[in-house]
Amino acid sequence: MNLDHQILTLITFIPLAGAILLALLPDKGKTMQWGALAITLFTFLCTLHLPAHYAYNAPAGSFQFDQNHPWIPSPAIHYHIGVDGLSMWLVVLTGLLAPLGVLASWNAISSRRKTFYVLFLLQQVAMFGVFVSLDLFLYYAFWELSLVPMTILIATFGRTANRRRAALKYFLYAFIPSAILLVAVIWVYTRTGTFDLPTIASQHLLSGTSTAMWLASLAFLLAFAVKVPVFPLHGWLSDAVAEAPTAAVMVLAGKLGLYSILRFYFGLFPAEAHRISPLMIALGAVGIVYGALLALTQNDLKRLAAFATLGALSFITLGIFTFTIAGLDGGIFHILSESISGAALFVLMGLLYERYGTYDMRELGGLAAKLPWMVTLFVITTLSVVGLPMLNNFVGEFLILSGAMAHHHAWTAVATTGVILSAAYMLLMIQRVFYGSLGDKPEAMRTWDLDPREHLALWPIAILMLVMGIASPFWMRAIDQTGTAITQQHEDLPQTIRIESETYSQAAPSQITTASAHTRIPEATR
Amino acid sequence: MNPNVLALLPEIILTLTGVLVMVAEPCLAPTASRKPLGWLAVLGTLAAGAASWYQLAFGTISAFSGTIQVDAFSIFFQLLIAAVALVTLLGSLDFFEGNASHAGEYFALSLFAAVGMMFMACSVELLMVFIGLEISSISTYILAGFRKGQATGSESSIKYFLLGSFATAFFLYGVALAYGATGSTTISAIAQGLGASATPRMAFLALAMIIIGLGFKVSAAPFHVWTPDVYQGAPAPVVGMMSTAPKAAAFAVLLRITFSGFPEMHHRWAILMWILAALSMTIGNLGALLQKDVKRMLAYSSIAHAGYLLVAFTALPREGISAACFYTAAYAAMNVGAFAVITQVSGYSEQARSIEDFTGLALRRPLLAGTLSFFLLSLIGIPFTGGFFGKFYVFTAAMHAGHAWIAVIGLLNSGVACFYYLRLLAALYTRRSQARELAQPDHVLSHRHVSLPAEAGLTLAVAATLILGIMPGPIVALAERAGLATIPAPHLLAPPDRDQAASLWCTQHPDECNTHVDTANR
Repeated sequence: MNLDHQILTLITFIPLAGAILLALLPDKGKTMQWGALAITLFTFLCTLHLPAHYAYNAPAGSFQFDQNHPWIPSPAIHYHIGVDGLSMWLVVLTGLLAPLGVLASWNAISSRRKTFYVLFLLQQVAMFGVFVSLDLFLYYAFWELSLVPMTILIATFGRTANRRRAALKYFLYAFIPSAILLVAVIWVYTRTGTFDLPTIASQHLLSGTSTAMWLASLAFLLAFAVKVPVFPLHGWLSDAVAEAPTAAVMVLAGKLGLYSILRFYFGLFPAEAHRISPLMIALGAVGIVYGALLALTQNDLKRLAAFATLGALSFITLGIFTFTIAGLDGGIFHILSESISGAALFVLMGLLYERYGTYDMRELGGLAAKLPWMVTLFVITTLSVVGLPMLNNFVGEFLILSGAMAHHHAWTAVATTGVILSAAYMLLMIQRVFYGSLGDKPEAMRTWDLDPREHLALWPIAILMLVMGIASPFWMRAIDQTGTAITQQHEDLPQTIRIESETYSQAAPSQITTASAHTRIPEATR
Repeated sequence: MNPNVLALLPEIILTLTGVLVMVAEPCLAPTASRKPLGWLAVLGTLAAGAASWYQLAFGTISAFSGTIQVDAFSIFFQLLIAAVALVTLLGSLDFFEGNASHAGEYFALSLFAAVGMMFMACSVELLMVFIGLEISSISTYILAGFRKGQATGSESSIKYFLLGSFATAFFLYGVALAYGATGSTTISAIAQGLGASATPRMAFLALAMIIIGLGFKVSAAPFHVWTPDVYQGAPAPVVGMMSTAPKAAAFAVLLRITFSGFPEMHHRWAILMWILAALSMTIGNLGALLQKDVKRMLAYSSIAHAGYLLVAFTALPREGISAACFYTAAYAAMNVGAFAVITQVSGYSEQARSIEDFTGLALRRPLLAGTLSFFLLSLIGIPFTGGFFGKFYVFTAAMHAGHAWIAVIGLLNSGVACFYYLRLLAALYTRRSQARELAQPDHVLSHRHVSLPAEAGLTLAVAATLILGIMPGPIVALAERAGLATIPAPHLLAPPDRDQAASLWCTQHPDECNTHVDTANR
């Protein structure tokens, strides 16, 4: 049987079936853990079908494994799903992180396990849905849905009494821009008469007065930038990260927002995206330094990791808004590698918390002698986060910086300091937690080094970091298709705006004259 | 069948059942259970719904000298009203817990209220509308004060009665002015008379009066002041019914009057509706933010939802009507469901009132808490629920008509709204604090078993909300038929494809476009 036409539906809805199954099973012993592990591992195996059967030589900008069925006749909403080089790897990544999340929560979640794993699986459904949807409406539905399980997870399983506030903050930060996003989505529909993204993007159906286009594009960008988060919209991040349980933190930030920018913002509003790019590059560069400086001052491990994440996400923002192939490829690759390193970091921190009941670095210290395996993995992860050559993050950061260097010397120079600062705070953290004199907590408590389950969860990730650092072309083949497609999107525009042909030398084909600059043809106007 | 009988078949069935319940009630021993009467009422409602469905095959039925017009539009609302009545009746079969001496009247009054509402949905003559309005209002006034001996209940009833009669007076005044300006009280004749009217200002004043009168009934701001007090005092199942079904009926009337009675003034009343919608959404949501009482909070939320619905009035006729129909259905499903859960949680005596009292419900009664959360998520407008599609259709329709800003206001409001819904939602899933547990050791949340019929009612509401969110196709099709069924005004504001769509529909479904006129009365 050829699975190609059903595989994406399967991947998306297996976790849903699993969630329903878990909800019906009794919450006894380790039923929930084993059940969730089986479901997530099976989903992960399904996602591996994608890279195995992906056509790597397909033309840039095409979607594979796609399924297109009418869902609702009026307005014309389709169940249209498919992946390209970008979303394929994100789907695989989401699949990979899920079993890791279950392993990390194995003992950490001791009460109300059923609620936890059901919500965790629902979160998977929403994320897969976001990554595979090609219909704007379907996409929006999954996008909004992704908020709900996460909010309840934070509110219910948060670490401190502050959890309800953190959950509410997260929800409101994300929901209000999403509400405006819905207006913009409907606006796109009223202008084009379709929700189908490939149709709109490839035929340049979207047109409007320049004010309307700007307002709509800003609505899209705002909703996505909050979810990334891009500096200065990161207000929710540190609270949510500090409260959320490990499995939820791994999927909290970054992927959804960045993917949405790449797919939908760039896809629908290429001209506006190009014009706003200097601002976004500046915000990215500032975010890198800002995140690093704040990370330096934290005592709480999780908050440190939150600001480190902000820095890494700012790197990606910087990269993708350069609109160079190097920057885009690097940015997309960095989404993958940052997620993996970040997940490993959060899992390790969670393991420390399980043992000592604290994330406060002042109470820890001198653990290297007690937990030799843990410190090994911690250092590998740290080096990966810092961006040591041969490890995964180096590839992305190098490509991003080289892509940005071409046109934005000053901001790139600022961003490069972030690399140094990240080494500073990460190594300082290692020093404070694992070396020096033994802290109060470790002295008082007898603990254990990694057990087999934890080894099983972490070593594949550590190896993957190394493989991604050495054999990055394996991933780049598919990613490059998307990167190329995005750079071409803008060149393909039926018109250009004069100011851009001056700013970006590669932008304007010569046959397009300024006379056509204002002809956003109202053919699609209804 | 005689068109007159055919047209009023659901109403006739409901009335007969109601009378039967009233007659049977004194025949039962005072101590006997009133449940059989409830089952009788349930059966009657089911039969009435089936009769409405049966009418659908006849296309447009015009009866009683053109004062009654049964078409897809009215049938849509009649089915909705029957469904709401069904869920309410199922939920209140075991509601009385030994206070059953008046239960028979309760069931009968619910049926009569439904008769009045159905009557409103199918009348195209304003005086007939008024009669329907009065039948439904008087029944709900009494139902609001049904828990006798409770001060809040009587307050609720009196307040509802005074302000409600004030509102109906406005409505009647509007009808009189409309007669003066256009020479008729029939909706289609008003539309014709409007062009020739020597006093268009008076005609508009008439419309404004009617809007005020009906605005009270749908609790649109600034005519909403009665809502929180009445909802707070009335029994929960009654609130579930009166926050949905009479509103649906009033919206049906409002849609007919505005879109088919005053089509030429669309640009003028659309502005009025725009303002009412913006006010209702904003006042409703801001008012709900600080409420501690759950029913009060939901009262403000119902004001806000009336605002979302009013947004549909700013749209082009066909889209606006079908969006409004769909939203009414989605709102009815989730709101009646939410109140059905509250009925089950707090019981007849309603000890559990405030959000604080609902804290920790998930730990004691996980299934009920889950159901309530689902309805709250739908009220927020989370995807894959009816509430989301309802908002989506309404705002799409408004955007098509070029009203982007009302959509922005509306969706920002839904952002504010999620704050208070989430407050309740989060409370459901939090443990009660130690101090409170000590101060109030016997918990106010009752541990009553949820009876089988109540479960059936809740299941119906959950299924409806979910189906409206996942498979809205059939309901949208019905709503679009309803939109087509109301009298078109082709020369006006209509998208060019409307007539084509109408004629296409008629060629595909010839029997549904036949008009059955009661020639006997002509």
